[in-house]
Amino acid sequence: MADILFIGLSLSSILLLIALGLAITYGAMGVINMAHGELVMIGAYTAVLSGIYLNFNMFVALPLAFVTAAAVGLLIEKLVIRRLYGRIIDTLLATWGVAILLQQAIRLQFGATFFDVTVPGLGPGLQNIDVPSFLNQPFDVAGFTVQPYRTFIIAVTLLLAALTWYLFYRTRIGMQVRAIMRNPDMAASCGIDVRRVSALTFAYGSGLAGVAGVLLAGFKTVQPDMGASVVVDGFLVVVVGGVGSLLGTGLAALLLGQINGIVAVLSNDIVARAVVFGVVIVLIMWRPNGLFSFKNR
Amino acid sequence: MSMNRRKFLKSSSLYGAAAALAPSIYAGTAKASSEIPVGVMFSLTGGLSIVEKTLSDATLLAIEEINAAGGVAGKEIVPIVEDGASDPKTYNEKASKLVLRDRVPTVFGCYTSASRKAVLPVFERRQNLLFYPTYYEGFECSKNVVYTGAVPNQQLSNFIPWIMENLGKKKFFIVGSNYIYPREMAKVSKILIEQGGGEWVADEYLELGHSEWGAMVNRIQESGCDVVLSNVVGDSVIAFYREFINQGLSHDTLPICATVTSEIEIAAMGAEFAAGSYTSFPYFQAIPTEANLSFLDRYRAFVKDDAAVTQHALECSYFQVYLWKQAVEAAGGEATPDTIREGIKGQTFDAPNGRVTIDPENLHAYLTPRIAQWGGDGQGTIIDEYDEPIQPLPYVAYGETGSDLFCTQDGLDTARL
Repeated sequence: MADILFIGLSLSSILLLIALGLAITYGAMGVINMAHGELVMIGAYTAVLSGIYLNFNMFVALPLAFVTAAAVGLLIEKLVIRRLYGRIIDTLLATWGVAILLQQAIRLQFGATFFDVTVPGLGPGLQNIDVPSFLNQPFDVAGFTVQPYRTFIIAVTLLLAALTWYLFYRTRIGMQVRAIMRNPDMAASCGIDVRRVSALTFAYGSGLAGVAGVLLAGFKTVQPDMGASVVVDGFLVVVVGGVGSLLGTGLAALLLGQINGIVAVLSNDIVARAVVFGVVIVLIMWRPNGLFSFKNR
Repeated sequence: MSMNRRKFLKSSSLYGAAAALAPSIYAGTAKASSEIPVGVMFSLTGGLSIVEKTLSDATLLAIEEINAAGGVAGKEIVPIVEDGASDPKTYNEKASKLVLRDRVPTVFGCYTSASRKAVLPVFERRQNLLFYPTYYEGFECSKNVVYTGAVPNQQLSNFIPWIMENLGKKKFFIVGSNYIYPREMAKVSKILIEQGGGEWVADEYLELGHSEWGAMVNRIQESGCDVVLSNVVGDSVIAFYREFINQGLSHDTLPICATVTSEIEIAAMGAEFAAGSYTSFPYFQAIPTEANLSFLDRYRAFVKDDAAVTQHALECSYFQVYLWKQAVEAAGGEATPDTIREGIKGQTFDAPNGRVTIDPENLHAYLTPRIAQWGGDGQGTIIDEYDEPIQPLPYVAYGETGSDLFCTQDGLDTARL
């Protein structure tokens, strides 16, 4: 039983990892960021490339991927999203276009393909990263097999969730972000620099996606379109949890991950996926605004 | 930097543009009697391009070599490269274009069964010819396709008995991706397992592209099996092997025996995750013959990548062009779909994997089954191989045997199914 719960917990942590960044960009800023998956992909490629060219291991790649993805996120915000705040459907289309651009940039090796140059680590092929060997060797504790890599992912996820919570609820900038979430015009009239704070928030959410990318690269293949599938799961969690609620996002990830894990072990993964979607439909019908949503006045 | 046409085609990922240009370049020349146009149709973009691009390269390599050596019966082969874009519908359109507009007598192409099924009506309606290089599930009998990859009996009839006798494993956990190929492979496997006195404890499927293997590997562990037979394809393979090791399972005690895991997947997952596991294919990069080493060098020079890996479908893409050349020559240099089909029957060629022969009845290839164990360097060590190529039996899951063929020159005997 413990190992089934562990699988569920591991699935939850991966969901939360993806959803945390989205909870901020979508939940807090009202941007349907279809390029979120591509920011995950960029994080993964940062790990691959820094491994090949700089000999960095995964742990060094984690902060590096955060910075890279945050920088790309900042750029997207400045160039595209800045002009589209408040137009939620337009952000969906625009960021989808950005997603395709990013995918192709990696696939075409930033254009090097046209000059017959191959850059190892880029291009349409499959890449992988080396996981430090001590994270690959499971060990037994009282009859329960501990998988170090999945445990590591859970730990990093909890750490990031705690950090995000601290930033949002215990710092000055977090208070400003929450003010903007509730009512941007009122926040602006109170002297908050809405543009600057929004840009930083978006960059932070993007950076979290980059970290998720490194961790996913440890057990998935890294390829240009790896982000497309994870982004759907991310939105699922954010919507069920309640837009704008960190606690809701966390609980939704835990719930959906456990349902997925338990059904997958008892039946199979295809049924599990159907059950998860079924639960999401019922939850949204029951609480259209998600499990936790603040009341607007 | 100078760019000739082939280089441009090869290097540019703007294959869309290349495809748009191609007709205007070739249409005029195609009719010239000193040239034979052929279609080369693989996915150069999209998810499957990772593998299919290499098949396209191998095909173009063979064409270049044949042209350099004087062509086919004195005629130059002119490849018309099309991009299937990992999409069966696009495949269908491109096949129609090659057959109707470019009037090619043969198309080399398709990787997945889905793409082959999508183009089949085009070739059958127009009485044209497709050379298909991938191992596939069998259960097809068309006068308009020459199949040069392995069918289930050429991958499994050696593998399952070998697992039971040499590894002493009797309890199989069968796992695959959820589509026709793994399901047909499982069907054949079960027949062979039961014949050998073994049993299968589970037959499980996951979505194509599924990458979360936690629950499935847990079930493998709980099932009490002593060997895993994997028909998992694509990037799921990588996530599967990684999870397998991460959950503390070992190929020493519970080996994964796979029918699809090739050099490409091994390179992508990191060799240490597959070290000790087994795969059955007629071709491995590690075949230590002069012919294969030379092929590997030529292929690597052609794609300008010293680390490029070769695998079964890639090798088939290469040698099937040579078989085609011999068929055209057997027909006296006249290249029409009918003459090539007649010419290809019984045609034999010394491919990098050894001798291959096209069965005159069902137009599939005689291939030599081999089993390799993967090492820490990402290469297989061939630990079992047949002395001779064996007959292809595309309907083996339905009781077809060498002396009792369901698929013959006269077509499929549907009463037998």
